[in-house]
Amino acid sequence: MKAKCLECEGEIKLPDDVVEGEIVSCPDCGADFEVIKVSSGKVELRAAEMVGEDWGE
Amino acid sequence: MEKIGENELVKIGLFYDRVGWEEKRLEVKAKEMGIDIRPIDAKVYLLDVHVEPKTLHEEFGEVVLQRCISHFRGLHLTAFLESKGIKVINSYKVAEVCGNKLLTTLQLVKSNIPTPKTIVSFTSASALDAVERLGYPAVLKPVTGSWGRLVAPLKDRDTAMSIIEARELMNNPLSQIYYIQEYIHRPPRDIRCIVVGDEVITAYYRYAPPGDWRTNIARGGKAEPCKMTKELEDLALGAAEAVGNGVLAVDMMESDRGILVHEVNSRVEFRGASSVSNVDIAKAILEYAIREWKR
Repeated sequence: MKAKCLECEGEIKLPDDVVEGEIVSCPDCGADFEVIKVSSGKVELRAAEMVGEDWGE
Repeated sequence: MEKIGENELVKIGLFYDRVGWEEKRLEVKAKEMGIDIRPIDAKVYLLDVHVEPKTLHEEFGEVVLQRCISHFRGLHLTAFLESKGIKVINSYKVAEVCGNKLLTTLQLVKSNIPTPKTIVSFTSASALDAVERLGYPAVLKPVTGSWGRLVAPLKDRDTAMSIIEARELMNNPLSQIYYIQEYIHRPPRDIRCIVVGDEVITAYYRYAPPGDWRTNIARGGKAEPCKMTKELEDLALGAAEAVGNGVLAVDMMESDRGILVHEVNSRVEFRGASSVSNVDIAKAILEYAIREWKR
């Protein structure tokens, strides 16, 4: 599956088992996106959240 | 082996704000086990404080795995869910203690679990006094936060002064809580035990990546298998009990005065562990969730 980068329109290859909520990166510009919808071979993306100070385990 | 159909009435909520390797594993494994898993994005979820508990139970079951990567987001969500009678793994109490290094240390000390010498202070001047009392080198850590970020070795007075000064300029009020620990002369690794309920399911070493002294897998650290011993098991279970039990990662260091527990993590990342252990950690967590639900 593939998606178009929202920043640079580069091609983002997605893993076969991609799920909603997963983070994907654009290989061209490095921007991170969150997968918000997966349906019939198509995905919708939005800009991923920036890492917060209270993130982690 | 899990029988297909055995869990068909089980519904488990999985709150996330970012789906990582662990959340994906939990979802896949739950489906394999016949569990009705309900992944919910906390970032768009509305916490309607007036909602009837029944509605929530119908929506995502009696038990929720709280997997938010943001500590405070997870904590607020857990408070909300628990107030509606939903069992959350881990509980608010456990997540609160584990999300704060001082609260964790206090519980460890109270339970006589060996831990590095620690002093906390609230101003830069007193932080320097704390370092001098512990002796050089010492380690300054943020009281909240993880993945080894902002953990700084204070090798001498000059370094200590400059790092403390830099911390003083940070806007976050939590940065003005100086959690200072003695530096443990350990091998370039630590030991992590994963505890699920009253069982230590696996232990492994985390080696620091080249050019770093921190062992976090998030920093590029490498996992290696570690043999489970009675000592490790007792310490891990003791530490887990000290913070209130649940699904926990207990971090330990080998020192010249024996093994010391320095951290207990409440939102367990288990990708590193899974790469070196035969234990199905996702399955163990889900089985624990089912046991807790039935309890």
